[in-house]
Amino acid sequence: MSAYLHAFGAHLPERIVTNAELSERTGKTAEWIESASGIQERRWATPETSIAAMGVAAAESCLKTAGFPTNKIGMLIVASGSGSRGFPGPAAAIADRLCLLSAPAIDLPMASAGSLFGLALAMRLTETYGDILVVASEKMSPLCDTEPLDPNTAILFGDGAGAALVSSRPGRWRILDAALHTDGQYREDLAFDGSGALRMNGLTVILQASRKMPASIEEVLARQNLTAQQVTAFLLHQANLNLLTRVAKALNVGPEKVFANVQRYGNTSSASMLIAATEWAGTNPAKGPIVFSAFGAGFHWGALVADSAD
Amino acid sequence: MPDLSRQQRLRKLVQEVAGKSAPEDEQESLFESGLLDSFALPDLVSAIEKEFAIKVPDSDLNPRKFDSIARMDAYLADHM
Repeated sequence: MSAYLHAFGAHLPERIVTNAELSERTGKTAEWIESASGIQERRWATPETSIAAMGVAAAESCLKTAGFPTNKIGMLIVASGSGSRGFPGPAAAIADRLCLLSAPAIDLPMASAGSLFGLALAMRLTETYGDILVVASEKMSPLCDTEPLDPNTAILFGDGAGAALVSSRPGRWRILDAALHTDGQYREDLAFDGSGALRMNGLTVILQASRKMPASIEEVLARQNLTAQQVTAFLLHQANLNLLTRVAKALNVGPEKVFANVQRYGNTSSASMLIAATEWAGTNPAKGPIVFSAFGAGFHWGALVADSAD
Repeated sequence: MPDLSRQQRLRKLVQEVAGKSAPEDEQESLFESGLLDSFALPDLVSAIEKEFAIKVPDSDLNPRKFDSIARMDAYLADHM
């Protein structure tokens, strides 16, 4: 099996929501919000902006970076935990807007870990379906828009979309391995029922995530005879800066190896890992192994390792 | 069976992780009192593992088990 990551793309809404703005509606100071999350600002989409529209923008950004024609896509995988629970999901709308007339388009109705699961599935399916576009698009702001705002959730989440092109054709990074896991006994600790506000038991989420993300990273690295110290960059779900720091500490690597942009975009759920990858890839990064990892509602979690192909 | 010596060791760990003393009432919630937050909890569990030479399995990573000195003491009584 050969699978390669060719390019990433992202889209973020224009509207910046600062901690000062949320401070007025949550009763928490801007300093408290940053200290609890590391987040300084996030983006919220307009009410008219759809999950599909943001996903299309990220997809087009990715395909432009890859220099790859849209009509050659063999499969579309779309992760979105905030998407409608009705059918069809956003994959059909994104496929239509990309003018994909017959390529299969699959929805992964998963939140934070959705893009990781999408990449891992694409890794396995690319030999059959050719070039696979993985898109993750989330509109989290309506899920937190209660009155008054719940400071435990409203300060964290933002809107945005990310995308990645996976192919069996040789590309920039060769995907080596992936490990995916689910433990459904915690499904009520982070949940959204399709309407109203999301629910989050922060204590359980952080306690489980701080153990399971490093464990899955070590699992996949060990299978490839790699150590965390050999990894060039960790591209993780941007849940909370404090969690990213803890994952680095658990892996015994410096925090500079863990790419972070949660400060500017907040937690964009499944989109965050691909938005982070897009920005990281644009920094002309050093060659070497890279690790993706995510943890989210379900609980679903896991890790994927790739290495520079040349 | 409460173990006063073990409870003292737990109080020392809470002090190290939270930077403040645990409440005198061993039943009082460390989270509701604001002594520990979600990011201090993983550190406390790691400190307990090291201090008492045990491994807390993921299936036991329930905040309720570590919510007070009394609950941590009860957990350790069952697992040591």
